[in-house]
Amino acid sequence: MKKTICRVGLVTAALLLSLGMKTAARHHASAGVLERSPQALTVELKDFSFQPATLAVATGTEVTWVNRDEEPHTVVSTTQLFASKALDSADRFSHTFSQPGTFRYFCSIHPKMVGTIIVKDPGSGFSAHRR
Amino acid sequence: MRKTEYITRNLDQDGIDRRGFLKCMAWAGTGAYCVLQGGVLKSFPLSDAIERGGGGTAGELSFVQISDSHIGFHLAANPDVTATLGEAIAKINALPAPPAFILHTGDLTHLSKPEQFDTLNESLKSARTERIFYVPGEHDVLEDNGKSFLERYGKGTRGDGWYSFDAQGAHFIGLVNVVNLKAGGLGNLGSEQLAWLEKDVRGLKSSTPVVVFAHIPLWTVYPDWGWGTDDSAQALSYLKRFGSVTVLNGHIHQIMRKVEGNVTFHTAMSTAFPQPQPGMAPGPGPMKVPAEKLRSLLGVTDVSFLRGRRSLAILDSALES
Repeated sequence: MKKTICRVGLVTAALLLSLGMKTAARHHASAGVLERSPQALTVELKDFSFQPATLAVATGTEVTWVNRDEEPHTVVSTTQLFASKALDSADRFSHTFSQPGTFRYFCSIHPKMVGTIIVKDPGSGFSAHRR
Repeated sequence: MRKTEYITRNLDQDGIDRRGFLKCMAWAGTGAYCVLQGGVLKSFPLSDAIERGGGGTAGELSFVQISDSHIGFHLAANPDVTATLGEAIAKINALPAPPAFILHTGDLTHLSKPEQFDTLNESLKSARTERIFYVPGEHDVLEDNGKSFLERYGKGTRGDGWYSFDAQGAHFIGLVNVVNLKAGGLGNLGSEQLAWLEKDVRGLKSSTPVVVFAHIPLWTVYPDWGWGTDDSAQALSYLKRFGSVTVLNGHIHQIMRKVEGNVTFHTAMSTAFPQPQPGMAPGPGPMKVPAEKLRSLLGVTDVSFLRGRRSLAILDSALES
C-alpha cells in the first residue's frame, strides 16, 4: 500500500514537473528566450514568415520546419547548405546542424520570408534563444 | 455608385489619386469597367457597363486575361478550383465574339505537378479562342526551377520563358519574374531578360500600343507581402517613349489598377480563391469567404483595343456579381 502511494506520488510529481516545465518554456518563449531543449526545435512557416525568425541551437541539433500555411513554401539556405523541396500544407523538412555558425535561409517561392539559425558549441557559453 | 463618384481626374502626371484608387479597389470582385481615353481614366461598375450595352468595349482586338487558376489547391478557401476555372471558361465562351487569344498570367497550378498541368490543359481545351499564351507564376516553377513548365509551354521562348508577339498592330511581351528569386527580395526579371527586353522594343514605333504581361505585379503594390518586382523600374524605363503601355499581372488575386503617365497597371482576379487586401491579414494566403460570396471574388478580365484612338478598355467580370 505504502509502495502504491509512493508511486502515485512520484507520477504526480513527474506530471507537475513536466507541466511546470511546459509553462516555463512557454513563459520564456513569450519573453523572447527559450531554455535549451534540443528535442523541441521546430520552426513554423506561418503567415508567410518563419516563426521564430531567429533560432539558436547547440551543434548537432536537428531543426524541423513545418508548413502551417495553406501555401507551399521552401526552406533554402542562402549558401546552398540545405534546401527543401516545395512543402505543401503540413509538410515537414529537417536538417541537422553539425557545424557552428550563423546560417541564413529563405523561402525561394516567397523570398520576403527569411530566417536565421545560429549554431553554437554547447561549451562556448551557449544559451538558446528565439526572437 | 453615383455619377459624381466616377474617377474622371486628370492622370497625366502621377497617376490615379488615392481616393479614386481606393474606390477602384472597393469594387474588386463586383466587376468594374475602365476606359482610358486621352489620359483620363473613366471607371464605373460593371452593372453600368452592361446597361450601356458594353459601352465601347468592342474594338479591333479583344483578348481575355485569366490568372491564378491554382489547379491542385483543395483547401477550404475553394475545394474545387477546377470547377471555378470551368465557370471562368464558360464566361469567356459566352462573350458576344470569341477573344483573339487568352493570356494566362501564371500560377496555372498550385504545386507544379504534371497531373495539375494536365488538368489545366484539359479544362482550357473547351475555351473558344485561337490561342492561349502563358507566363509562369511561382507555383509553376516549384520543380527543377521551371524546366517542366518550359517543356510544356516554353516553345519558341527565350531564357526562363519570356517572349513577345504582335497582334493587330499591338506588341505583346510576356515576362518571367518568378525564378532565381533572392533572399529578402521581391519578384525578379534579371539582367539577361532586361537586355532582351531593351532590344525587343528598340525597333518599334512609339505609337505602337504595348502590352506587357507577367505574374507578379511590375509595380510595387505591397512590398511587405512581396507584391512587387525588384527591377521592374528598369524594364519600364525601356517603355517610356511609347504612347500606350498596358501592364497586366496576377499573383495578388484581386483587382487593382493604377495609371502612371503612359502606363496603365492592372491586376486580375484569380479563378481559384481570393486573397486579402494589402495589410488586412497577417499574411497574403488564401482567404476564406462564405461559399455564396466566393464567385463574386473570382473572375476574368476582358481587354479591347480601339486602334487609332489611343484607347484601351479593361473589363473585369466576376463569375457571379
